[in-house]
Amino acid sequence: MIHLETDVLVIGAGGAGMYAAVAAARNGAQVILADKSMIGRGGATIMAQMTTAAALGEEVPDHWTKHLEDTIQAGRGLCNEGLAALLCEEAINRIRELDDWKVGWARKDGKITGVLAPGHSLPRCVYVDFLNTGPAVAKCLRTQVARAESVTRISGLAITDIVIEDGAVSGAVGFHLADQSPVTIAAHAAVIATGGLTRLYARNSASANMNGDGYAMALRAGAELIDMEFPQFFPIGHLAPRLVGMDPIMWDPFRYKLGGRLTNALGEEFVHKYGDADDGSYVTTRDIISYGITKEAAAGRATPRGGVYLSFEHNSDAELHDAFGPVIDRLAANGIDLKKGPIEVSPIAHYHMGGIKVTDRMETSIPGLYAAGEAVGGANGANRLSGNALPEAFVFGKRAGSSAANYTLGKTHSWSDKAAMACLQPLQRLMDLQTDANGDPAALGQMWAELQDLMWNNVGVLRTGEKLNEALMRIRTMRDTLAKLTPSHGREFNLTLQDWFDLRSGLLTAETITLSAINRPESRGAHQREDFVDTDKGLEKNQRLHLNSDGLLISDFIPLITDTSDSNAAEQLR
Amino acid sequence: MSKTAQITIKRGVPGEAPCLQTYEVPYQDGMTVLDAIVWIRSNIDSSLAFRYSCINANACKECLVAVNGETQYACTTRLARDLTAVGPLPNKLLIKDLVTDIVPPRENLRVIISERRSGSTSGQ
Repeated sequence: MIHLETDVLVIGAGGAGMYAAVAAARNGAQVILADKSMIGRGGATIMAQMTTAAALGEEVPDHWTKHLEDTIQAGRGLCNEGLAALLCEEAINRIRELDDWKVGWARKDGKITGVLAPGHSLPRCVYVDFLNTGPAVAKCLRTQVARAESVTRISGLAITDIVIEDGAVSGAVGFHLADQSPVTIAAHAAVIATGGLTRLYARNSASANMNGDGYAMALRAGAELIDMEFPQFFPIGHLAPRLVGMDPIMWDPFRYKLGGRLTNALGEEFVHKYGDADDGSYVTTRDIISYGITKEAAAGRATPRGGVYLSFEHNSDAELHDAFGPVIDRLAANGIDLKKGPIEVSPIAHYHMGGIKVTDRMETSIPGLYAAGEAVGGANGANRLSGNALPEAFVFGKRAGSSAANYTLGKTHSWSDKAAMACLQPLQRLMDLQTDANGDPAALGQMWAELQDLMWNNVGVLRTGEKLNEALMRIRTMRDTLAKLTPSHGREFNLTLQDWFDLRSGLLTAETITLSAINRPESRGAHQREDFVDTDKGLEKNQRLHLNSDGLLISDFIPLITDTSDSNAAEQLR
Repeated sequence: MSKTAQITIKRGVPGEAPCLQTYEVPYQDGMTVLDAIVWIRSNIDSSLAFRYSCINANACKECLVAVNGETQYACTTRLARDLTAVGPLPNKLLIKDLVTDIVPPRENLRVIISERRSGSTSGQ
């Protein structure tokens, strides 16, 4: 057994986790930054290609309150306006901070330049050329983390549970993937920065390691989730011809730079039928376009691979080269020539609006437990505006890290192995039991594939009560099956042990989405019910989830959270 | 009749003789070495050790392996219709199968533990 001690444990090393680690270190804390993949390589941040929204106002006058108005408008009535305001206001300083750290924001005439992304009233989405925002941000933050002397970075350390003692965080347990050693970490505070849940869906962007770990960990630790029925489906994910070496959501910036045309299999433009006029300026938000594409496909007007066409054939060579730069060559290497024909696109799981319920200091209801980035629920309501994910990672990451560091000041460790036993026991049991995956060496891989198909088909863009209930039953059965399934034997880099824990998180998270979707009899933003097509003003409420003492998910609707400053019992406890 | 391709993977852990295992995978135009490995993990043997985070985007840079003897990213290398041979990076310490120790020493738990033991920072 390996035992480590620290003040603040940050779980997940994408944009939010790295920002949190740096902030905690700057506020005087010793920090362990752990990732089940490699530091600053996994997660969603590195996959970002383009837009980072902030009302810098360098090129055109702008104000963060306008950014907030747009965010709330896109959120379909469910934004936590307190969190959204923090996101929009503090995005400005975080973008400038990253600029000081030489991330390399694209500039025109010396000014940081922004594009007009869908749903924004002004051009305010900054980027790093060409399609390099995520890798540039990840690299920049890796450097900052490496320079922070009180941060210990650990790659390949999978945290499986937060340890709670006397109602507060006392640390965490997990295992080292390289040799399967169990690891215990005494920590006064933990920041969950594990990103979202896109891996639960058969078609997804982002990284393979985002399977809802943080949501499941928070629930098991006793914290609450909100708005889990709202995963975002990015409308124009690449479908065909096969494209590698690029993020499947890469077409978005080109669509708003060049006005790419979306048509169904019959060559008809269709977006206007489902909401806003979309006259080539590409102002329609993601929820509406995803819905429209899925409805066109359901009506038998899909392209051969089941999506719609995206065409840039109306653009000149000069326009294409100006907008795409070297990306034209990467497309050519994939056999794609935009002058010769359209490509096929369709919705793809991209982001999660729901998540862990926090205050403005990113505190959960459990003292010492914080969350940051996509793991947090509420700021983006029922539909996230393009460009708000990265600022959310930076702003909430910094806040979570600072708050966690302040919380730990003057605290001494209260670690006891006894308190950790409940969390260590499943790990130990699995390692003792592991033999041959019950005789089927692909059992866990198959379970993953089944879950992804189930979520895509039954809990995807278009939902019905019948399909959702069918999914809920199946997910509960799969949870029982997983409990009886053992990983393969072998100490070194045993991915089946990782698969088992990933599925434990993934299945519980899948259940939260499905149950929440069943409980919301209306259509709103990313949650579209075929059996309840209208938006119900009476359901302008947050749905809250927790695990009861029997391990059952309990849901209720609460008045819309708008003020985050003092809404937690944790506050009174301290 | 559906098309297939063959892929041979060098498997094993340090101190044991490596074993070459050949898999037949369904072939689709444009598919990559990563696609084949993911398919094998989902359908034949989930214990096949491999390292990747991003999905065919060449962003995480974790999937470097030797493909037919050349160092390549599995996520952008197209699978050949006939036989593709994949092995771990030859110049890195082997952990298991296709996984080598590419984690920077400052992020490596074994290195951190030994430093904490020899240094003043506590650790057991």
